[in-house]
Amino acid sequence: MRKLARHAARIVTVLLLGGLLGATLVRLAPGFGVDEQELDSRLNHESIQALRQSRARDGGLAEYYVHYLNQLVHGDLGTSRTLQQPVRQLLAERFPETMKSVGLGLALGWTLGLALAIAPVMSRSCSVDLLTSLVAGVLLCIPAAVLALLFVMAHAPGRLVLGLIVFPKVFRYARNLLEHSASLPHVLTARAKGLGGFRVLLWHILPVTAPQLLALAGVSVSLAFAAAIPVEVVCDLPGIGQLAWKAALGRDLELLVNLTMIVTMVTLLANSAADLIRNPLRASEV
Amino acid sequence: MKWARIAAVGFLVLVSTACLLAQFIAPGSYAHQFRDVPDAAPSRQHPLGTDDIGRDRLSRLLYGTRVSLLLAPAAALLSSLLAALIGGTAGFVGGWVERWVMAATDLFLSLPWLFLLITVRALLPLNVSPFTSVAITFALLGCLGWAAAARVICADARTLCSSDFVLQARASGNGGVRLLCRHLLPNLKPVLYAQFWISIPVFILTEANLGILGLGVSEPLPSWGSLLRELESFTAFSAQPWQFVPLILLVVVVSCFHLALQKQELSA
Repeated sequence: MRKLARHAARIVTVLLLGGLLGATLVRLAPGFGVDEQELDSRLNHESIQALRQSRARDGGLAEYYVHYLNQLVHGDLGTSRTLQQPVRQLLAERFPETMKSVGLGLALGWTLGLALAIAPVMSRSCSVDLLTSLVAGVLLCIPAAVLALLFVMAHAPGRLVLGLIVFPKVFRYARNLLEHSASLPHVLTARAKGLGGFRVLLWHILPVTAPQLLALAGVSVSLAFAAAIPVEVVCDLPGIGQLAWKAALGRDLELLVNLTMIVTMVTLLANSAADLIRNPLRASEV
Repeated sequence: MKWARIAAVGFLVLVSTACLLAQFIAPGSYAHQFRDVPDAAPSRQHPLGTDDIGRDRLSRLLYGTRVSLLLAPAAALLSSLLAALIGGTAGFVGGWVERWVMAATDLFLSLPWLFLLITVRALLPLNVSPFTSVAITFALLGCLGWAAAARVICADARTLCSSDFVLQARASGNGGVRLLCRHLLPNLKPVLYAQFWISIPVFILTEANLGILGLGVSEPLPSWGSLLRELESFTAFSAQPWQFVPLILLVVVVSCFHLALQKQELSA
């Protein structure tokens, strides 16, 4: 219970500080407080002054942040300047799309990564090791956006790209961990006693590596979300990655900051969940 | 795998030299438009052909590689120095300073990297001169990429601070700056070196991603990002396989960095 509270406190602290950082960015960005309407030549001096005064109501940074937090508490994430739509509505429309892509990408990446990491450890064959390492190595060197482009050219489903981005990282880390665990004395003893390969893997190798793999699972969520930006842009998937890109091109900082905060919250939740599951596993190991 | 490492370093030296000598090797300037031959196939005059507005692809590849290969290490140096300063100070001073700095580092690491990067990039003007855009892109990479390295350096500095030889140095009257310069920094060098090498391919790939998204280096100055952006126009009908040369070079160069840094990682 204490750990749960500590994780919750950490998430709230990060979000509060992240919110402050975001509000600072928005407040200090060049062009803050300037309204496009001011360029309307039909407006007289008094109307322009009135517009400026209405924008100046946000006051200093502290006042602006309090106002921002107050809005946030009431579930109002503001309005996107470029898309002229409430941020909340945009998120409701696009978040499920990204979650679908990220979920599929993580499932594919982990299945491929773990399977190909287990293969050389179990087969103890140099050629399998070399081949899997080569595939993972090449994928590690291709930018996510280029992979997405290649998928578009091949008319393949763009969502799968996230899996190929997660895969090499999972593979590399898992292979090193499994290789190390497979050479531990208790595994060698188990093999010497005649236990089958599958049983050795399931009962003696995987339990040792589980805590580290869980930590990697938390990190891979953040990785998949980051890769969602170029993939959704190139493959034209209407998710929050594409929304973030549109916001960046339109310099819509309010929308960008809210998006960053939401993704931060999701990745923090994933990391905390991985941590909470990992700790009992570690304790049982000791 | 020693031969592979030697080959990787050799290839990187070769590519770097070719890029540095771009003005002598390239058939023309990266911005020069041969208006008579747009979308030309490879020829003696244009070994990699020309793009849709007649710019020589080989020249753009050489100059673009120069931008990425010179500035990614510069950004890596900046982030390694920041990491050394922040992580090293936290590890050396210890106590509440270390706790607070590491908490701040953890908070920074919690923010998704690419989202943070494009948010900060969007804060800065987008319609700037090509040279300013290069400086902004790589300076941002350097300034935002320190957190993970700072954690490693802090942990290492902490271990060093409690090691026997540092305790002995303290006991013999060495303190503060002398202890830092004579005993800690030389021992932190391998970790710093490894962090520097690890950052280079990461920054090269990030710049490529930003370039494809139109948030990296501005035209007409080429970089790997803007060169790879041309692949968007690739279709089976146009069938210009030489458009893939920048991608192949990028993959080979990043692989070479990975191969070369394995040894640095081990020694760290």
